[in-house]
Amino acid sequence: MIRFKGKGVYGAVAIGTVSVFKRQEASVRRTHVDDPAAELARVEQAKAQAIEQLSEIYEKALREVGETHAQIFEIHMMMLEDDDYNESIENIINTQSVNAEYAVALTSDNFSEMFASMDDAYMQARAADVKDISNRLIACLSGGGGEQSEQPDKMVVCADDLAPSETVSLDKERVLAFVTAFGSSNSHTAILARNMNIPAVISAGEEFLAQAKDGMKIIVDGHTGELILDPDEETERSYIEKQKSDAEKKALLQQLKGKPNVTKDGREIKIYANIGGVDGIGGVLANDAGGIGLFRSEFLYLESEDYPTEEQQFSAYKKVLESMAGKKVIIRTMDIGADKQIDYFNLDKEENPALGLRALRICLTRPEIFHTQLRALYRASVYGELGIMFPMIISVSEVEECIAMCDKVKKELTDEGIPFSDKVELGIMIETPAAAVISDRLAPLVDFFSVGTNDLTQYTLACDRQNAKLERFVDTHHEAVLRLIEMAAKNAHEHGAWIGICGELAADTSLTETFLRMGIDELSVSAPFVLPVRQAVRNTDLSK
Amino acid sequence: MKTFSYTVKDEVGIHARPAGNLAKLAKSFAGTKVMIEKGGKSVDVTKLMMLMGLGVKCGDTVNFTVEGPDEEAAAKAIEEFMQANL
Repeated sequence: MIRFKGKGVYGAVAIGTVSVFKRQEASVRRTHVDDPAAELARVEQAKAQAIEQLSEIYEKALREVGETHAQIFEIHMMMLEDDDYNESIENIINTQSVNAEYAVALTSDNFSEMFASMDDAYMQARAADVKDISNRLIACLSGGGGEQSEQPDKMVVCADDLAPSETVSLDKERVLAFVTAFGSSNSHTAILARNMNIPAVISAGEEFLAQAKDGMKIIVDGHTGELILDPDEETERSYIEKQKSDAEKKALLQQLKGKPNVTKDGREIKIYANIGGVDGIGGVLANDAGGIGLFRSEFLYLESEDYPTEEQQFSAYKKVLESMAGKKVIIRTMDIGADKQIDYFNLDKEENPALGLRALRICLTRPEIFHTQLRALYRASVYGELGIMFPMIISVSEVEECIAMCDKVKKELTDEGIPFSDKVELGIMIETPAAAVISDRLAPLVDFFSVGTNDLTQYTLACDRQNAKLERFVDTHHEAVLRLIEMAAKNAHEHGAWIGICGELAADTSLTETFLRMGIDELSVSAPFVLPVRQAVRNTDLSK
Repeated sequence: MKTFSYTVKDEVGIHARPAGNLAKLAKSFAGTKVMIEKGGKSVDVTKLMMLMGLGVKCGDTVNFTVEGPDEEAAAKAIEEFMQANL
């Protein structure tokens, strides 16, 4: 039994047989030709054949995934007929007297490089489209171009990466899941997997591909990105159980996907997801969350042996922003301390860590750590819709200090000529009673509030949340906590800020109506709760 | 010759799908040339790869130049397309 972990792009458990994807990628050789005109004629013929194949795939996609997603193949056809693309092929054949295959491969490289070098994730993904159409053209030139041959039933297709046309060409009746060693969640392939309802895991790594052999039994968990090759009986049984409970939940999920979070009387609320690392993005998209309401940046510090550099942080933030493709992403600055201790921070041992030097307090005490994180965040801001959120606020002056630090970072970046978005929203966590009580003074300074109900409850009720013996005293629906939230909501709205809840209480559907009545604008919950909360919202009628 | 500017509001810009539809629309006015310009670079809208290669993003302002026998109708159709989709 060997375990691997990738990134789940569509949730569900599949248990099947490995089928390593064999691409008929003829290696292209450069050969001299005496008759360029004959080569041009071959290109024309291959192109006609490729377009015919694509129009068949388009029809298949139209039936299976709908028009919006099938359109990519129409675009592929247009790309094949693109003047510049074809002129490039012709020129190479005419000027270099080379074979058509080579001319297509070279053109493919040039055009895909143009897209790959663009600073926009959507356009970078187009490089794969250029390669896809070019490979098809080359296959047609080589007399191939056929699709996959004999395959077993219940197969889990394992590949380095799959082109969109390859994904759609898979026989849905027999393909249970697919796993790719590389790939981005922004790719059309990942999007298609979600729309074809095929469990898929991407970025499984090269080692996975080296170990996966045809005929091996494999478990694919599209929720967690977990992959198990050659599982033992016990593991397999536990996954069969998971499959069953999935099936029940799925009925609920399927009905609610794509529907708005709107009450019977028309009040709409945003439902976002909380994640604790880049690998949670698959779950966010699979559960149809409208954005990320809380991205815990601590993992960068916890997974590291030393303070993560600006570059390391930048690349993680960039990845999450790009993957969310323009949807809101709220990143909370690091919340270290209390129950999350890190050796290299060299923090003193504290009597009361929950009331100690933690989160923003560390940032304001050691501004160099804060500075690095904010620089990374602002640099990444051009890749999506970023919100930055500061935790553990208790005073106006702390918020002012945070804003001053952001202004300093923005000025530095401007001076250095590094771009950043001017639409970054700044917000604070309302997780101390102090912040809730003075929320009228805090709201004018920020764009949004986000209520951290776990800490707010612990601090308001003076109950340590780590202490199991206190359970009978901890009333998570305590009136004091709810009044504080209501107060913060009123003050936020009076000063033009919006307010969300990102603590566990947000997923408590017995409170959904209460929150709606308070005027809460956003609920951020862990990904599997997005659709249950959506259902609760849709069942609510505030006019009654 | 007709010219007009448009500032893209769609959050991901002129990506593959709208680029494809825009190119298709421009092609439907045979004999009329539709150029799109961003940051000094100008390309023929019917050339899909070049159009995508412009990398037009949200907030970018692009300038269209439409010239030919159908310029009136083409400019109107393209402006409407931009407003409806981007």
